[in-house]
Amino acid sequence: MTILALDWGFIIEKLIMIAIVVFASLGIALYTTFGERKVAAILQDRPGPSRAGPFGLLQPLADGLKLIMKEEIIPNAASKWLFILGPGLAMTASLMTCAVIPWGSAIDIFGRHVELQIADVNIGILYVFAVVSMGVYGIMIGGWASNNKFSLMSALRAASQAISYELAMGLALIALLMTTGSLSLKTIVEQQIQGHWWNIVYQPLGFLIFFITAMAECNRTPFDLPEAENELNFGYHQEYSSMKLGFYLFAEYINMIMSSAIMATMYFGGYDLPFFNEASVAPNIAALIGVGTLLIKIVLFIFLFMWIRWTIPRFRYDQLMGLGWKTLIPLALFNMLLTGAVILAKL
Amino acid sequence: MSTLEIIFYALSAFAIVSAIMVLVSKNPIHSVLWLILVFFAISGHYVLLNAQFLAIVNIIVYAGAIMVLFLFVIMLMNVKVDNEPQKKMIVKFIGALSGGSLLLLLVALVKQTTQLEGKQVLMKEGAIGLIHPLGQALFTDYVLPFEISSVLFLSAMVGAVIIGKK
Repeated sequence: MTILALDWGFIIEKLIMIAIVVFASLGIALYTTFGERKVAAILQDRPGPSRAGPFGLLQPLADGLKLIMKEEIIPNAASKWLFILGPGLAMTASLMTCAVIPWGSAIDIFGRHVELQIADVNIGILYVFAVVSMGVYGIMIGGWASNNKFSLMSALRAASQAISYELAMGLALIALLMTTGSLSLKTIVEQQIQGHWWNIVYQPLGFLIFFITAMAECNRTPFDLPEAENELNFGYHQEYSSMKLGFYLFAEYINMIMSSAIMATMYFGGYDLPFFNEASVAPNIAALIGVGTLLIKIVLFIFLFMWIRWTIPRFRYDQLMGLGWKTLIPLALFNMLLTGAVILAKL
Repeated sequence: MSTLEIIFYALSAFAIVSAIMVLVSKNPIHSVLWLILVFFAISGHYVLLNAQFLAIVNIIVYAGAIMVLFLFVIMLMNVKVDNEPQKKMIVKFIGALSGGSLLLLLVALVKQTTQLEGKQVLMKEGAIGLIHPLGQALFTDYVLPFEISSVLFLSAMVGAVIIGKK
């Protein structure tokens, strides 16, 4: 049997890694919901959730339990399999991004050299881009399968928003690729560690465009048109109840974590701690410090997302489309030309 | 059988079953979703051929962008199973006949081609599907066809804008 001639240690290592990353993302997402409510409370000058456990820390567990225990309802007119597939797809697509993010350098454990990244593929950024474009299916399928015109309208809004902003996101990424010359996220981080500056210094405009489009892709306020509750009742997940609704809401938070991780990796040095010599401590400790640094950067980005959500009101639909097509895409094209010109001048 | 062969046959079976489901499904939305699965299976084949770039671009362009537009159109037109016009028997017969003859022609052609005889697909080898060799080839050997096709895309975009303005 040649099928057994695989490196089983490698497979087990990767499976453990996938489990750790997925469960860690879910755990962080759970507490991001709590963080969101606390940040909203602080910005609106009220205490926020404070009853369950010390400082209300058990609140997300109580919320999760509530969602699971609620009655599961599938509307009669809904298309049953697609109705179930929708939230699953939304969740899968948002979790798939974590496969190419380098969470740290590498640790030596039990005599094995373990890279802290699930897959260092040579097309890392394009993979992220493909997963982002898959994310819209969860929303579209769920909205259509509900057989409700508000759900459908909201799903179509979500899809057109995602397609419009994907373009600007791709153009912003191309400008970054022109400076790095590599599609592998690991290589991009290594370059930032070895070079003097993080990529944000070379691509400030590109980062701004990427940040705005990431916010739009996550359907966060001010881009939460698909969930505009006062015009579309509740949005594409109106007919959903129980944990299926929970999956949709949760996928938004996981998307937020993943896009924060991508932004930290591509523009802010990934697991690089500035002004710190990694060679001065043991390699394993240095790797763990790197993981911690990346997590702190992610948390800062998530806080920025929340800060914006609770400060800025929602766009009107035509303003949203105008911003995407008439401002961001020309800006991204200009950024691309500028980057190209600078690279040519330096040759 | 090696692991590669097992993956190859599994992917091929997956692609063929999904492609049949595209045709058999009564509901156009289901057809589109099955078609997306076909694209995923084909991308898997590209990865087996060591063409990761083509694999991911196939997903981004076909599964990610074009199929979303298909879904869009079908959802907006609200095509349902019951209000879809049924074709006449004679039309179905002609369709089956012409499709069958095309299949026959293709099979005969592939069987007769001498270039394919005794050849085997290179798995995990070759680098033309990777981004660097592909870019080199496109911008040196094939630069003229590449630029001409980009002009074609530009004209399509201009056409879309003009239609949209009307």
